[in-house]
Amino acid sequence: MRSSAPALLEGVAKAPTGITGFDEITGGGLPRGRTTLVMGGPGSGKTIFALQFLVHGATSCKEPGIFVAFEETPKRIVSNFEGFGWKLPALQRKTLFLLDAQPTPNLIQSGSFDLGGMLAVLGAKAKEMGARRIVFDALDVVLALLPDPADRRREIHALHQWLIERNLTGLITTMTDREHPGLSGRDPLDFMQYMVDCVVMLNHRVEAGVSQRSLRVQKYRGSGFSEDESPFVIGKSGIDVAIARILGRVDSDVTVERVSTGVKRLDTMLAGGYYRGASVLITGFPGTAKTTLSGAFAEAACRRGERTMFVSFDSDGSEVIRNLTSVGIMLNRYVKSGHLRLVSAHHHRERAETLLVRIKTLAKEHRARCLVLDPVSSLSKGGNELTAHGVAERLIDWSKAAGITLVCTSLLDEMASQPNGGTPLKISTLADTWIHLNYLVQAGERNRGMAIIKSRGTAHSNQVRELILSDEGVTLADIYTAGGEVLMGTMRWEKESAGRVAKELAEVAGKLKRVTLDAEEAVLEVRVKSLQTELMAKQVEKTLLTRTTQSRERELSRGRTRIRELRGADAANSKPKSP
Amino acid sequence: MNRRVRIKFRLYVANHAQNSTKAIANLTALCREYLPNRHEIEIVDVYKDPMRALADGVLMTPTLIRVSPLPSRRIVGTLSQTQLVLDALGLEPAAA
Repeated sequence: MRSSAPALLEGVAKAPTGITGFDEITGGGLPRGRTTLVMGGPGSGKTIFALQFLVHGATSCKEPGIFVAFEETPKRIVSNFEGFGWKLPALQRKTLFLLDAQPTPNLIQSGSFDLGGMLAVLGAKAKEMGARRIVFDALDVVLALLPDPADRRREIHALHQWLIERNLTGLITTMTDREHPGLSGRDPLDFMQYMVDCVVMLNHRVEAGVSQRSLRVQKYRGSGFSEDESPFVIGKSGIDVAIARILGRVDSDVTVERVSTGVKRLDTMLAGGYYRGASVLITGFPGTAKTTLSGAFAEAACRRGERTMFVSFDSDGSEVIRNLTSVGIMLNRYVKSGHLRLVSAHHHRERAETLLVRIKTLAKEHRARCLVLDPVSSLSKGGNELTAHGVAERLIDWSKAAGITLVCTSLLDEMASQPNGGTPLKISTLADTWIHLNYLVQAGERNRGMAIIKSRGTAHSNQVRELILSDEGVTLADIYTAGGEVLMGTMRWEKESAGRVAKELAEVAGKLKRVTLDAEEAVLEVRVKSLQTELMAKQVEKTLLTRTTQSRERELSRGRTRIRELRGADAANSKPKSP
Repeated sequence: MNRRVRIKFRLYVANHAQNSTKAIANLTALCREYLPNRHEIEIVDVYKDPMRALADGVLMTPTLIRVSPLPSRRIVGTLSQTQLVLDALGLEPAAA
């Protein structure tokens, strides 16, 4: 239940019904301390609606309740609802009182009467147990006993007055008059509709062999409400109403956590995997391994120990398991361990809305964290294509709010020329990640190509990869692009092996070259060394030469001086010597 | 019906509601005429004793219960149609 109701729907105090979806439509539930009328044909779910309202009050709102049964014995009601997990017998001890108000079949009537006895009894009982909620189920049954329309009006009025005085949140259910011959004329029902503060219509019809339930709030004094007809489903825990998007809803928490796609290289391509709570769309023609890819995701989720639900619209659960086992995706053990729940929906011919509610209910029951719908395009098959888009939108909304990672596959009609794979449900615009699978026919082969068309908030690879299925699982391979052409399968292999040979040759050539170069280098090094030695010798020789020249010079000058001394130096020459 | 048997009635009424008052008057008149000296009437007000009404399963007022002899019978309403009431109680009409 969302705690903060949109501003539009605020107003009178509300008593939550605990009916999924209904409290959202009405912005919190039924008008507290006032009276609501629930109308519908036989089997439209009036009693369930009413009882769920009481059970929710008793178990979750500390509001004990009284159920006045005009149509069935309390014993029968308790046994009818045994399967709902509402624990009625336990509630009956303290917070829920079922009053048997069936008119006895052998009742003889003479003259007019009123419901004073019932109100006296209820007044005492309500006081005793501190009841805050009260239901009058099938009030029309007792009203039909009153012969005079004026009497009926009087009793309805008295009842309403009584409820208001006690500030009880009242709920009255009645059969719609068309189906009930006991009420002549529309008068009492019309009167009741004017009197009460809120009117809810329940509908049950069969269209083209498909059972469809829906609910509509017809009137709600002092409060806004969604006026549209909303489909609902009666599940194991009560009524579940499908609701349209409501403005101002609380944004769900976003995470940066990644969950594996089940294919290692795809994780890499998506920079770690899908985002937790994201919605993923896998599109492709029949046989492009959409189911396999989603199966890989389911297996990976189960391996992490996350509760996962796999809804197949195409085949039975056992078929899905068998088919996926052939490509190394073993789901059987997770079904056994209870992590995986396989739901086969291919027999159901239901409206998209109803299917969605059913899926939601099942997922909730299973407490699924990951959900696979294969293929989601089936949603638009079973009913009006007009609503299917809204349903898909709601599906994604809901899974986001619930933090469920959703993987949908969508079949594309090969005939339809949608080159970029626009889906009939327009999920592609809503999905966070969109993976497209395609066939490439080349050289007599059909190979599977995979590309990530979009992935919000993720740097993702823009390359097309080849998807290879083997009994060891799903792998991705790089593809070859040569001359603007994409190569896959055998051609890719050929290209790869040709590449390998060329690489080997190049390696050998490289090695050879290195050896030659090494040799040349060695030769040069030797030459450098010898030249260096030569250079050193020359340098030594040069030094020696310089030294010899100097000493000869000295010898020569010393010889000259000696000669001068021996000759007896003349005055000019001796002047500096003897001052 | 055996004429010596005393007939016990219990009439549930709702305070001073109009039809309850009528029922009391109708019952008293009927008993005076058809069951002189062999009837007992107990009047229970559901507002004063609601738990008793609950125990008897009385939700509509007025309700007349023939407590004895068994099997019990019950008639809802003002008891305005005397013949219908007599038939329901298994009583012979006036001539008897």
